[in-house]
Amino acid sequence: MSEESIISLKNVNKWFGDFHVLQDVNLEVKKKERIVVCGPSGSGKSTMIRCINRLEEHQEGSIVVDGIELTGNLKNIDNVRKEVGMVFQQFNLFPHLSVKENITLAPIWVKKMPKAEAEELAMRQLEIVKIPEQANKYPGQLSGGQQQRVAIARSLAMNPNIMLFDEPTSALDPEMIKEVLDVMVDLANGGMTMIVVTHEMGFAKTVADRMVFMDEGKIVEEASPDKFFNNPESDRTKLFLSQILHQ
Amino acid sequence: MNEMNEVRKPPVATTGIIGWLRINLFFNWTNSLITLFVIYCLYQFIPWILDWTIFSADFKYNYLGEQITNQEMCSRNLDPENGGACWAVIYVRFYQFIYGFYPKVEVWRVNLAYFMLAFALLPLLYTKLPYRKYFLYFTYIFPVIAYFLLNGGLGFTEVSTNKWGGLLVTLVLGCTGIALAFPIGIMLALGRRSKLPVISMMCTLFIEFIRGVPLITLLFFGMVMLPLFLPEGIDMDGLVRVLVAVTLFQSAYMAEVIRGGLQAIPPGQYEAAKSLGMSYWRMNLLIILPQAIRISIPPIVNTSIGLFKDTTLVIIVGILDLLGIGRGTLADTNWLGLSYEIYFFVSLVFFIFTFGMSRYSLYLEKKLKTGINMGAD
Repeated sequence: MSEESIISLKNVNKWFGDFHVLQDVNLEVKKKERIVVCGPSGSGKSTMIRCINRLEEHQEGSIVVDGIELTGNLKNIDNVRKEVGMVFQQFNLFPHLSVKENITLAPIWVKKMPKAEAEELAMRQLEIVKIPEQANKYPGQLSGGQQQRVAIARSLAMNPNIMLFDEPTSALDPEMIKEVLDVMVDLANGGMTMIVVTHEMGFAKTVADRMVFMDEGKIVEEASPDKFFNNPESDRTKLFLSQILHQ
Repeated sequence: MNEMNEVRKPPVATTGIIGWLRINLFFNWTNSLITLFVIYCLYQFIPWILDWTIFSADFKYNYLGEQITNQEMCSRNLDPENGGACWAVIYVRFYQFIYGFYPKVEVWRVNLAYFMLAFALLPLLYTKLPYRKYFLYFTYIFPVIAYFLLNGGLGFTEVSTNKWGGLLVTLVLGCTGIALAFPIGIMLALGRRSKLPVISMMCTLFIEFIRGVPLITLLFFGMVMLPLFLPEGIDMDGLVRVLVAVTLFQSAYMAEVIRGGLQAIPPGQYEAAKSLGMSYWRMNLLIILPQAIRISIPPIVNTSIGLFKDTTLVIIVGILDLLGIGRGTLADTNWLGLSYEIYFFVSLVFFIFTFGMSRYSLYLEKKLKTGINMGAD
């Protein structure tokens, strides 16, 4: 099992001050697997995926991504970040750069790609997220849904093996959620390894290979979507699902 | 139906010049009263100042038609009823105000440097200049050219800096101080926010120390103490010592201004840059600093204007900048008592430069804002 894992978290612990935010988290993710992580707020789901590209440091246990263990070694961290793309709740586009520059920046400066090639790549990525006509606008001129799609294109331009999504639709108006989820479904169907923190249960049912439910810093339940939604084991999961599905 | 769809124009009295006057100057009776009072004051003041500075003023000749060579020949001293400002003092001492005691044979070098300074600023001020890249190359090498031009060397006769003075010293101190303090300030600001405790502590100490000391103290320090730190036999030029003090002073302020800008950048920007695999320096150079500096433009210009004016303090360590030459002229028995004219002139020159900086910052803000926010594409 561990052989084919592309991400492996073993007994990961983390504290914010005295607050024990991750408690003995174990998670194995295989290549091309699509994991959806859900749970109440403050349950540590965002912190967990942010540990995977070392935006947060774990304090105990081990995290191995694509054969590279995350330690204080800066070179390892850089290598992992090149493999792992991330999409944030607040999009985090660079407001002083145009859409096209947002996408070409990392390929040009991190991967040393020639500018013309990077621009071509950016246009290809914008086609994939279906907004090539916005290439020369600035982030402030786009809607939330468009911004999030640019953010996805920006990550994809680095050609990552793994994509992390940290509540990608939570900051969006309802009518824009679908356009972002559509792009993510396309991505999932294309065979990308994905870990998605989301409350979009419809999306989870369509694409997830496995559901992970977290509460109070622990993984409470891991199951196939079918089992997770129809026949969950833990009472905590049942309570959460009843609240979230009856809204 | 048609009439309903007709475009209704706003009431006449709220648009155009009359509308503007009504809304801004005569909105109600207090407003009207204040407007009338201000108009009355301007009516009293403007003719008087125009008369004093221009219409009744002497420029080169007094009202008898003689060329003025000392203060006794000013119209207002010959006949108190007759005459305003006596600008002849500026005319006669113009060379000193602009070049100090720079030898007349070599003064073309200063003129060339002034001209080249304008040329070097051009690509910085107008980003849409054609062939801007090549102009910028010139801007980068300009300090070196200016050094050899002004100071001598490379075949030019050496002109010792104690012969420099007036506007030349003001501009050398102001431009060099601002230009050097900017990069040093950026490094200090980044250093102070660094996660490495040694670097952060050293930068904080430096900033707090320099900021906690008056510029005059630093100038004395540069004059008296700096030579003690140098190896024996190396004599540091007086102007360079002052320049070091001014630059250190300005970079501490600049660091705090830029740190303010850095603090305004949301953590998401750092996270996005890191998640794309950017190193610390790339992240700062490409993502963080461009935004932080944009936010800090008003205070950056503010401290730069402050420094430009503070360069007048060098007078206390015996360097004669524009104001210093003015005071020197006042001490000359030939020109005793012409302080209005001299201070007016010095103020005017400073105002032209600082007002230029201030306008430029407004232009920059406007231009960069349209890039970040909505605006037309």
